Amino acid sequence: MNELPGDLLYTNDHEWLRREGDGSVTVGITEHAAAALGDLVYVELPEVGQDVETGGEMAVVESVKAASDVYAPIAGSIAAVNDDLADEPEKINADPYGDGWIVRMTLSDGLDESELMTPDAYQQMLDELDD
Amino acid sequence: MGAKTPHYDKHVEAGARIVDFGGWDMPLHYGSQKEEHFAVRQNAGVFDVSHMTIVDLTGERARDFLQYLVANDVAKLKDYGKALYTCMLNADGGVVDDLIVYYMSDTDYRMVVNAATREKDLAWIREHAGAFDIEVVERSELAMLAVQGPNARELAAPCIDAEYREAALALKPFYGMDAGEWFVARTGYTGEDGWEIVMPAADAHSAWDRLLAAGVSPAGLGARDTLRLEAAMNLYGSDMDETVSPLEAGLAWTIAWEPAERDFIGRSAIEALRNSPDRQRFVGLLLEDKGVLRNHQKVVVDGVGEGEITSGGFSPTIGRSIALARVPAGDYDRAQVEVRGKLLDVRIVKTPFVRNGQIRIDV
Repeated sequence: MNELPGDLLYTNDHEWLRREGDGSVTVGITEHAAAALGDLVYVELPEVGQDVETGGEMAVVESVKAASDVYAPIAGSIAAVNDDLADEPEKINADPYGDGWIVRMTLSDGLDESELMTPDAYQQMLDELDD
Repeated sequence: MGAKTPHYDKHVEAGARIVDFGGWDMPLHYGSQKEEHFAVRQNAGVFDVSHMTIVDLTGERARDFLQYLVANDVAKLKDYGKALYTCMLNADGGVVDDLIVYYMSDTDYRMVVNAATREKDLAWIREHAGAFDIEVVERSELAMLAVQGPNARELAAPCIDAEYREAALALKPFYGMDAGEWFVARTGYTGEDGWEIVMPAADAHSAWDRLLAAGVSPAGLGARDTLRLEAAMNLYGSDMDETVSPLEAGLAWTIAWEPAERDFIGRSAIEALRNSPDRQRFVGLLLEDKGVLRNHQKVVVDGVGEGEITSGGFSPTIGRSIALARVPAGDYDRAQVEVRGKLLDVRIVKTPFVRNGQIRIDV
């Protein structure tokens, strides 16, 4: 596993979140999650404009092995989706923090970082999972 | 911690993700399930199948016993090493297990049954063997590898003792032979050519190393499942079990009705369903939309009724989702599958989906 990007925030459900300059956030799943799922073959994306609650089901990623829900790390509205994933879901395996991004969201409220994990905290959680 | 096969250390060495499978610690994949799938379709892959249960049956009445125990007729087996795919049925006509039986002689047969059903199978076999005075010997000390793919036999041949190599390469499909302490059979569970090789556990590491050095890719249970699904080969516990008739699991071809006087376990129970108009169909499905069909999803046939997917997944070869499903009787070739509350269109197709590297359905 590669080192976690230091500029992202993370969730218990193995999603990551990047703060963009305009107040929106980009969301994807972590390398750990992608590796655990195996080769991804299908991604069901939400509609642009759709509102999501914190922890609500937002997308579905399916690998050769299983289907897994992607939960909204924070309440907001879907501003954009990564349409490339429709034809190339494997981008999530190849580049989970870059080309494999899933949605961009505008937030209902501000971003309360205390609700999310720092890279160190998420790394610690992964280390504990390995034990 | 589960049981470990003689190849276990080799899986770890090859970077396997290990999962529990019926009490065994087995490799799910070694990095990419899809790449392993394509290695088998295009070149050669090796699967550790040592967890499967090998049972040798010996006795003067071994043939009579198997004619009673299994639904196919071992009297079809007349040549040394010939294999037969069949099911053991219970008295209600449900499937106790599916298996391969090899004919060595009229008094000597080898069976290979599933790993997850080991205990119940051995109990079932022993329960019925007594009346026929059959010696039932489980060969748990043996390891087994499946080498599969268009180049599998060629790449694996140098591993076979030189004395037997030529004969092994000359094996016809669905035949096996003793090769010194090894047993080599031209069988498999992928829809590709290849061998299944039984060997003493002491040879497990060296055989594995030689196959990998020859260019054979290690392949895990994940690829094994997508390959067998594309080949439309049934998986016990998913496509059929003790509550399902082989006639409703696509296994009618494995039942020998003739001679009519042969009384095998479950015969009278499945006779009733044989020509029933209500007999459920067991079909292949191709998903027309994007998405992935999964086990237990509901199949809806407009105006006819409902069925269920017994094995569903993504076909790497076809690039679409496929499934095996048990659906109501009737003449129709389209249906819908309920996926997360939405009905997606599927087409009923003739299986196998893929065989010998080629897509066999209209996509």
